[in-house]
Amino acid sequence: MQIDWPWHSGVLDPQGPIGAAERIILFNATSIMLAVVVPVIVLTLGIAWWFRAGNTRAKYLPDWSYSGHIELVVWSIPALVVLFLSGICWIGSHALDPRAPIASQVKPIEIDVVSLDWKWLFLYPAEGVASVNRLVVPAGTPLHFRLTSATVMNSFFVPQLGSQIYTMAGMTTQLVLQAGKPGKYPGLSAQFSGDGFSDMRFTLEALPADKFSAWVAEARTAKEPLDAQGYATLSQPGTAPPGSFKSVAPHLFETIAAGKN
Amino acid sequence: MLGKLTWNAIPFDQPIPLIASALVLVVLAGVAYIVLRRGWFPYLWREWITSVDHKRIGVMYVLLALVMMVRGFIDALMMRSQLALAADGAPGYLPPDHYNQIFSAHGTIMIFFVAMPFMIGLMNFAVPLQLGVRDVAFPTLNSVSLWLSAAGVLLVNVSLLVGEFAKTGWLAYPPLSELAFSPGVGVDYYLWSLQISGVGSLLTGINFTTTILKLRAPGMGYDRMPIFCWTALASNLLIVAAFPILTATYAMLLLDRYLGFHFFTNEAGGNAMMYVNLIWAWGHPEVYILILPAFGVFSEVIATFSGKPLFGYRSMIVATLAICMLSFMVWLHHFFTMGAGADVNAFFGIMTMIIAVPTGVKVFNWIFTLFGGRVRFTTPMLWSLGFICTFVIGGMTGVLMAIPPADFVLHNSLFLVAHFHNVIIGGVLFGAFAGYTYWFPKAFGFTLDERLGKASFWCWLVGFYLAFMPLYLLGLMGATRRMQHYDVPGWQPLMIAALAGALLIALGIFFTVLQLMVSIRTRDRRRDLTGDPWQGRTLEWSTASPPPAWNYSVLPRVEGADAYWGMKQAGRESRDAPADAEWEEIHLPRRTSVGVVLAFFAVVAGFALIWHIWWMAIVGGIGLIGTGIAHGWRTEHEEEIDAETIAETERARRRATT
Repeated sequence: MQIDWPWHSGVLDPQGPIGAAERIILFNATSIMLAVVVPVIVLTLGIAWWFRAGNTRAKYLPDWSYSGHIELVVWSIPALVVLFLSGICWIGSHALDPRAPIASQVKPIEIDVVSLDWKWLFLYPAEGVASVNRLVVPAGTPLHFRLTSATVMNSFFVPQLGSQIYTMAGMTTQLVLQAGKPGKYPGLSAQFSGDGFSDMRFTLEALPADKFSAWVAEARTAKEPLDAQGYATLSQPGTAPPGSFKSVAPHLFETIAAGKN
Repeated sequence: MLGKLTWNAIPFDQPIPLIASALVLVVLAGVAYIVLRRGWFPYLWREWITSVDHKRIGVMYVLLALVMMVRGFIDALMMRSQLALAADGAPGYLPPDHYNQIFSAHGTIMIFFVAMPFMIGLMNFAVPLQLGVRDVAFPTLNSVSLWLSAAGVLLVNVSLLVGEFAKTGWLAYPPLSELAFSPGVGVDYYLWSLQISGVGSLLTGINFTTTILKLRAPGMGYDRMPIFCWTALASNLLIVAAFPILTATYAMLLLDRYLGFHFFTNEAGGNAMMYVNLIWAWGHPEVYILILPAFGVFSEVIATFSGKPLFGYRSMIVATLAICMLSFMVWLHHFFTMGAGADVNAFFGIMTMIIAVPTGVKVFNWIFTLFGGRVRFTTPMLWSLGFICTFVIGGMTGVLMAIPPADFVLHNSLFLVAHFHNVIIGGVLFGAFAGYTYWFPKAFGFTLDERLGKASFWCWLVGFYLAFMPLYLLGLMGATRRMQHYDVPGWQPLMIAALAGALLIALGIFFTVLQLMVSIRTRDRRRDLTGDPWQGRTLEWSTASPPPAWNYSVLPRVEGADAYWGMKQAGRESRDAPADAEWEEIHLPRRTSVGVVLAFFAVVAGFALIWHIWWMAIVGGIGLIGTGIAHGWRTEHEEEIDAETIAETERARRRATT
């Protein structure tokens, strides 16, 4: 029987520099720890078995309960491992700070993200268009997100691109990601947000630069504008199919992020 | 007159909670009928419900935990079966409205009403015995703690039939838990039941901290205290420090919900991040409140069944207290993804990893305790060895998620769910079962069936791996927690495997229940008259099984660590020490109904507040205050056990053992 393990939707199949760097950290840290964990498991079972009560060849040391040398070693091993991992932690935290820019020749594209009950709204301030549950981006371009929530907390997460970040009402968080090559990558909310939570899924579509411009042009011909009334309708609780808006009310993101919607 | 309470509160349209509640009511009615019919109620009232004996309170705590474990586990089975079905567009059989209550109730129950009472029960039973004293510092308060916990349990279970439970997850993050997004009574059930039981936990913390610091047998200095008492001390210090944070946090959320305050709302300057910080400032110490006593159990069990003193006793104490301190400095690792800067995230990540150092030391010390021992593979020992092997894996995935960039892709995924079940089942629960099987003969005077105990262990161990290893993989595949359905068909085989694991664990629970029933039926064959069935090392094994109400007819003199082992080596059994003429009368605290009466009024007040029945809330409040005042006026606090009773008990014991 052939099972098609769906690794391709997950964090072990990164499709951008952030996700790739995070996978390296996952692998490195796990290998370092396995080097201690596996021997510990083997030793536990081995020593327990060898010193079983029925084994006459095993030496019984009924009063042996202290050895300064061993103490030194048992404090040192985890301390050294942790020292090593702390380095990874400190360097990794700074290199992969969610808001840190990606070094690139290409100018980042600005995208504003709003979590609603229970759908994702994506605003393109420079392009003046918006979309729901469908995040179209140019491949190979750094994506600079500003994120907020018009409702409860959510977490914006595209596993194959890397870092997730919370969206919170009245606040703005930032995240920088990049899709390495064109493709469709599933996205979701990773923070429980109520009855429609499981349907807060979207697709991130990374397109070649020219196709992205074509998509923007196409979006500008969408039927509805995202004006005050359009937003009021959209923000009603409920799920929504993917779709686009031809224009966006001025300062909509700032208004939502200030908690004044 | 009845506030928000109407017939609509009963879920007549939902067969699952309705049938479940009907079953519970039938069972309760059946138990009540048998108890009344056979005339057992006066005995139960006098000897158990109003008892202030720490041993009986401990037993009742453990019983409460076992019953609630079945409840919480049924929730788990429902979640696993829902997710085994709801793939690729299928809706499963639990709509979100119901499913969300189930996972919220599962988490709440397993932490607050299974893990907590189990550990507190074991501490209640074992700590005073190990310290060589006759009771805890505040025996009446102890009974109040138990019954307030039971009051919380009752309210949570009432929500099954009357109204609903929270649909917010077990920590009820605002703004979702605020009135604007959760207008129903679910969050109020959650908050009031935990406020009431939280007071019980805090009182336990005060009680045991005082007991361990102030009441110890003559000669028992801090450097001779059994390791379980040390871990209990650390755990109770954490309770005293952490539970007030929980109470204050919930109080603020209650003010938001009841009086229109804005601590955590989206409007008027509220800030949900404050709640998230506060709840984890309690929540992370809480996991150490649970795991530290479990570490203590493993230390006792491994030393006893290796026939050796614990290796590196002082090192273990240092490690325990280091964990105790560090546990307050790591809370932010629960939300690296909230947008803190790299310095802050890295600091909390490193602090978290540092906890792995004392924990690692403990693991090595257990291994060196085995080294040179004569290891007997009894049920408690199997739980302990299973724990070491399982826990190091859970510890590894925990340290992995302590690295912020790794957490950015694993946070809130099924990988996280697998991790904390790895440490809570593999650590706390295995510890609870190790302690249960280890101390059961002491509590009841007969041993538990070993074959069924081992069957239970193997079902739990294999079931755990089968249930949670697939979740690690699913998390790496991008599956998030708390989802009610998913659209990736490839996840389904792993979800089905996880369900199979849960069913195997169900078999393990069945064996535990069967073990208890079989052992009770065959108790006459499995009596332990020596009081020391395991060749124990600490003082509790020096007294009779079950111990008399006064624990020790003469308080033992302690001349070293592993006090009882030392006595046996010196050929001196503590019970042989005094000649008959020397028995003196003993004063014990009187039984009291104040605990159960307070709990009754707490339930009345809690239920009334949940449903906005204000007159009833006032009645409950007056009842609580009035009971306290009435108790303050009582004149008799103690009863005397005369010397002849003690002498007769000791003579009977000597006759039985020789």
